[in-house]
Amino acid sequence: MSTITETSAGRARISARTLRTDRWWLPPLLTVAGLTAWVSYATVRVFMQKWYWVPEYHYLTPFYSPCVSTGCEPESALFGRFLPNWGILPFGALTLPFLLMFRLTCYYYRKAYYRGFWASPPACAVAERHKRYTGETRWPLLGQNLHRYFFYVAVLISVINTIDAVDSLRGNGGFGVGLGSLIITGNVVLLWAYTVSCHSCRSIMGGRLNHFSKHPLRYKLWTQVSKLNAKHQELAWITLGTLALTDFYVMALSAGWFSDPRIVN
Amino acid sequence: MSYTAHFRVWRGDSNKGELVDYNVEVNEGEVVLDVIHRLQQTQTGDLAVRWNCKAGKCGSCGAEINGRPRLMCMTRMSIFDKSEALTVTPMRTFPVIRDLVTDVEFNYQKAREIPAFAPPAGVAPGEYRMEQVDVERSQEFRKCIECYLCQNVCHVVRDHEENKPAFAGPRFLMRIAELDMHPLDAADRKRAAQEEHGLGYCNITKCCTEVCPEHIKITDNALIPLKERVVDRKYDPLVWLGSKIFKRTPANA
Ligand code: SF4
Ligand code: SF4
Ligand code: FES
Ligand code: FES
Repeated sequence: MSTITETSAGRARISARTLRTDRWWLPPLLTVAGLTAWVSYATVRVFMQKWYWVPEYHYLTPFYSPCVSTGCEPESALFGRFLPNWGILPFGALTLPFLLMFRLTCYYYRKAYYRGFWASPPACAVAERHKRYTGETRWPLLGQNLHRYFFYVAVLISVINTIDAVDSLRGNGGFGVGLGSLIITGNVVLLWAYTVSCHSCRSIMGGRLNHFSKHPLRYKLWTQVSKLNAKHQELAWITLGTLALTDFYVMALSAGWFSDPRIVN
Repeated sequence: MSYTAHFRVWRGDSNKGELVDYNVEVNEGEVVLDVIHRLQQTQTGDLAVRWNCKAGKCGSCGAEINGRPRLMCMTRMSIFDKSEALTVTPMRTFPVIRDLVTDVEFNYQKAREIPAFAPPAGVAPGEYRMEQVDVERSQEFRKCIECYLCQNVCHVVRDHEENKPAFAGPRFLMRIAELDMHPLDAADRKRAAQEEHGLGYCNITKCCTEVCPEHIKITDNALIPLKERVVDRKYDPLVWLGSKIFKRTPANA
């Protein structure tokens, strides 16, 4: 039981869990709804093993990038095909676990799911109901400290996504731009913004220094990343949106639900 | 335009207490502390309340208004609906002395546990030289008025009295961050932050930042950077390997 209502420590004897009168339960509820919806959609899509590739324009959904299963369409596999083609193994299984861990250990998502799913605390000045609380002091949550390594991998994956975006600039036998290219490219730009605005990145760029004056370049980088970092929460949600949108668009084209409006060729 | 507001003020001490209802006059432009003072002057002379500056600078008047930790002197009455009852209670994480006054000794104790600034060897007082850009970063932390609203709202101790010995709280972890970022401080703060002052208890849910009346970005600019610095020291395999091979700890860059 929480100690907020306990009396032994000489605290004011107030039995209410919170005296907040606003709708404090709304933000955690929206977080749970949003994350659950996204994870459900992504899980279905990742295991679907079809409608991930549009051969005419080389559009590949980010959920299957890089496509490395022997089940991948040969043209979609820019980095070779070596994973076995099993129904339970997503075609993008090489990178997906790292992306999942990158977001799971992200300082923003931690806040979001600790509040939303674990209710620890559900909102400020609303007592949590857990008997004990040790936070991130021990296994498994101590592992959150590995975030920076997932960040390094996420940078590599962003490079791969960038190659996909360049590859999507194709039309009839040559260069071309369609609405799909714009969506894919926009998604990659935002993914970069999310990745670079990471708190670990901010620390690596310059946050870990004590003498900015001796490292003018890193100080500059730190200043720029700090600006983006202030938008990290927004970018976390925006990129969930653009990832799903990009995937849905590729699925729709691939399944033939509509065709890609072409801008150039 | 004045109107009559419905206040529910917690009255009591560490043995017993309750919310007591009052109807009290409120005038244009007033803050919650004005109304509490009016109550004291006109209806209940023995209402205990701590305050000093009435300007949001001394940090004395922290309380919880409609369940939210706030400075009474900086909370305008105009942000509330005139018809709603306004609950005013003491900070709930610290022992209550009487009515709205709590004993914040916990915080003084935590402050004493943090070793003071340690100047580098061979530099005498008066010889400290620092560049402006290196000093700027900690200016934000020095805006702190020590109101302890952040210490009060932090669920690590608010909801778990038993964590108090192990956890310094956001205000003092911020102090460690400030010293660790200090260009001249020679002490190793990182290991102590994690092992002695309980940085790992913080799950970065940002309530300290939400309530800080000085709008210090405690979590983003002090706690998370400090966590990253602890990773540098304690959980980075490359750094760990380096320290094993070269038998030295990485110098402060
Ligand atoms: S961010 Fe950390 S220190 Fe601040 S209130 Fe939350 S748990 Fe406490
Ligand atoms: S950091 Fe902010 S909330 Fe905490 S004691 Fe200082 S001024 Fe108050
Ligand atoms: S990605 Fe969110 S903090 Fe690193
Ligand atoms: S009375 Fe000084 S901060 Fe409110």
